[in-house]
Amino acid sequence: MTRTRFHQELQHLRERLMTMGGMAELAVELAIRAYTQRDASYCELVLDGESAINSAERQIDELALDLLAMQQPMAVDLRLILAISKCTADLERIGDQAVNIAQRVEDLLGSPPVDLPVDLLRMATLARNMLRRGLNAFARADSNEAEAVLVLDDELDEMNRDAFKAIERAVASRPALAKVALDVLIIARNLERIGDHATNIAEDVIFWVRGADVRHHAIT
Amino acid sequence: MRKRSWNSIHRTAANFAALFFVALAAALVLAPLLAIFGYLIYRGAGALSWSFFTHLPQPVGELGGGMANTIVGSAMILGIASLMGVPVGIGAGIYLSEFARGKARELTRFAADVLNGVPSIIIGLTAYALAVLPEHHFSAFSGGIALAIMMIPIIARTAEEALGLVPSSIREGAKALGILDWKSTLCIVLPAARSGIIAGVMLAFARVAGETAPLLFTAFGNQFWNLNPNQPTAALPLQIFVYAISPYDDWHRQAWAGALVLIALIVVTLFVVRLAAARNPMRGSA
Amino acid sequence: MAAGIDVKDLNAWFGSRQALRGINMTFPPNQATAIIGPSGCGKSTFVRCINRMHETASGATVQGRIRVGDVDVYGPEISAVEIRRRAGMVFQKPNPFPTLSIYDNVAAGLKLNGVRNRRMLDEVVERSLKGAALWDEVKDDLRKRSGSSLSGGQQQRLCIARAIAVEPEVLLMDEPASALDPISTAKIEDLIFELKRTYTVIIVTHNMQQAARVAESTAFFLMGELVEFSKTEQLFTNPRNKQTEDYITGRFG
Repeated sequence: MTRTRFHQELQHLRERLMTMGGMAELAVELAIRAYTQRDASYCELVLDGESAINSAERQIDELALDLLAMQQPMAVDLRLILAISKCTADLERIGDQAVNIAQRVEDLLGSPPVDLPVDLLRMATLARNMLRRGLNAFARADSNEAEAVLVLDDELDEMNRDAFKAIERAVASRPALAKVALDVLIIARNLERIGDHATNIAEDVIFWVRGADVRHHAIT
Repeated sequence: MRKRSWNSIHRTAANFAALFFVALAAALVLAPLLAIFGYLIYRGAGALSWSFFTHLPQPVGELGGGMANTIVGSAMILGIASLMGVPVGIGAGIYLSEFARGKARELTRFAADVLNGVPSIIIGLTAYALAVLPEHHFSAFSGGIALAIMMIPIIARTAEEALGLVPSSIREGAKALGILDWKSTLCIVLPAARSGIIAGVMLAFARVAGETAPLLFTAFGNQFWNLNPNQPTAALPLQIFVYAISPYDDWHRQAWAGALVLIALIVVTLFVVRLAAARNPMRGSA
Repeated sequence: MAAGIDVKDLNAWFGSRQALRGINMTFPPNQATAIIGPSGCGKSTFVRCINRMHETASGATVQGRIRVGDVDVYGPEISAVEIRRRAGMVFQKPNPFPTLSIYDNVAAGLKLNGVRNRRMLDEVVERSLKGAALWDEVKDDLRKRSGSSLSGGQQQRLCIARAIAVEPEVLLMDEPASALDPISTAKIEDLIFELKRTYTVIIVTHNMQQAARVAESTAFFLMGELVEFSKTEQLFTNPRNKQTEDYITGRFG
C-alpha cells in the first residue's frame, strides 16, 4: 500500500473523532443522571467537561484542514475528511446542549420536585441511544446503522411536540408551575436538538460511506 | 582526525596524478604535430619564394622553379573528389542512420568498414582500371575518383554517428505533424546533425589531401599547366614524392617547401570550413 | 473544427504482448478528456493508436476501429500521414526542431508539406502562437531565435503552436506538463481551457489534480483495460469501481 503515512494520519483523525464523540456522549449521560438522580455534582462535571470538547473541535478541524491541503485526498478519503469536519461541529453543539440541560437541572434542583406529564427520561434515553448508535455507525462505517438513526429522529420529534402540548396544558391549569415547566420544556428542547445532531452525524456517515447526500430526508 | 586528513591528501594526490597523465596524453598528441610543423618550417621555409608559388617546375640546374601548377592541380583533384565523395558519403550515412534495418544495415556498415581498410594503392589501381584504361590516358578525374572512394566510408560512418546523435523525439515530432519521412530527414534531422557531418567531411578531406599512392596511376602528375580534368594533372603529394627521391638538392628543398605548403593548405581549409559552419546561429546541438 | 472520437473494440500489441484490451470509448467534441492510470497501463499506447503513431514501433499491431469525426482512422480512405494532420500530438518532453527558427518551427507542418504562400504562413504563425499564448513573448524574434533557445515552458507552448498550426480536429497531449515547473504547468492548463473551444483534447496525465482541473471527463486505465470512464467530479469524489478508488486514493499504484 502506498501513501501509508497519509492513511495512518487519516486513521488517527478518525480515532480523535471517536474520542470526541465519547466526550459528548459522556456529557449527555451525566446531564441525564443529574436530572434522574437530582444530583448537582453531575452538573458540575458537565460544565467542567465543556472546554475539553471545544478544544477537541478546534484540534480535529485543524488536523482535517492540514490533511486536505497537504495530501489532496480523493473520493472516499475526501468524503471522510469532510464528514469528520461536520461531525466535530455537531458534537460540539451536543456538548453545548448537555451544558444547557445541566444548567436547567441545576435550576430545577432549587425547587421541590414536581410531577409533570412529560417523560423526560424516555426522551433522554432515546436521544442518548441515537447518539450512541450514530457514533457506532461512524466507528464501524456502517451506513445501515446510520439509516436506523435517521428513522428514530421522527419519534424524538414527536415526543418533543407531545411534551410541548402537555406542558401547555399543565401551565394553563396550574400557572404556579410555570417556572419548573419552562425548565422542563427547555430540557426537552435540548434533547430534541441532541437527536437532530445525532441525525446529522448519521447523515454524514452515509455520505462518507456511500457518497450519497441524504440530508433533509432525501434517501438514496 | 589523522585518518581523515590522510584520505583527503590521498584524494587530492590521486586527482592531480590523473589530471597530469591526461594532460601528458594531450601533449603527446600535440607534440608530433608541432614537431612536424617546426621541422618543415625549418627545412622548407628557405625554399619558399614568390617564384615557388607562381612558376612551373624547371629542369634540374635551372633556378626559379616552382610548384604553381601542382598547387592548382591538387585543388582541382580534391575538388573533383569532394564533389563525388561528399554527397555519396552523406547519402550513405543517411541511409545507414535513418532507413536501413537489420541485415541490410549490418552489411552496409561492414562494407564501409572494409572499404576504409583497403590499402590506398589498391584503390588507386581500381580507379586506374575503371577510369584510366578505358580512356587510354591519365586524368585528374580518375584521381578524383580514387580519392572519392577513400572519402566515402569515412564520411558515411561519421555522418551515421552524427545523425544517430539527433534525438529520436525530433523525428517523432515531425512524424506526428504528418511530415513525410524523407522531408523531415532532409530539412530537420540533417541540419541538426550538421556539425558532426561537417567534422566527418573535414576528416575525410584531410585524410585524402595527402594521399600519394592513389594518384600514382591516376592523376600521374604533370610538369606543365593543366586545367583540363581529363588530362594528367600535377598534385602536391606526387610532386613531393618525385622530388624527394631524386638526387638533387634543389629539388629536395622544394620538396620540403611543398610539404609545408601542403600541410598549411590543409589546415587553412579546415579552418575556413569551421568558420563558415560556426556562423549559422541556428546550428543544431552536438 | 473539432471532431468527436469514437473507439470500438480497440486492441493493440507490441509483438506478442497485448497492451490494450477491448477499449470502447467515445470522446465528445470540444471537450477535454483526461486519461489516468499507473505506469504501463496503456494510456500512451492508446492515444498513439489514434494518430497511428503506435504502428511506427517495430512489431506493433492494432485491431479495432477508431473514428475521428467521420473518418475511419485505419480505413482505406485516409493515410497515416493524413490522419496525423488531423490529430495533432504534443509530447511529454518538448521537442522543438533545433535548427529551425521559431517561425519555421510553427510553420513546419505547412511549409514542409508544400505550402509556399508567404502571407498565409505569416498569418498562420501569428494565429498559432497567439493560440498557444506565446505570441507576446516571441513576436520580435520570430526568425532570429531558434526553437531550442526558449525555456522549457515556452518550448512546450511552441510545440502546441506547431501542432495547432495545421488546424487539426483533435489534440492529443501525452503528459504535456510533466516536465515543467508549476507556473508553466498552470499556463498550459489555462491554455487547454482555451484550446477546448476549438479542438477536442485528450490529455494523458499522471497528475490526478491536473486531470481534475482540466477535464470534463476522466478515464481510468489499468493493465490495458478501460476500468472506468465518467465525469471528472464523479470519478474523483465517488468512483463506481473499487479499483479506481484504490488507485486515486493511493492505496496502490
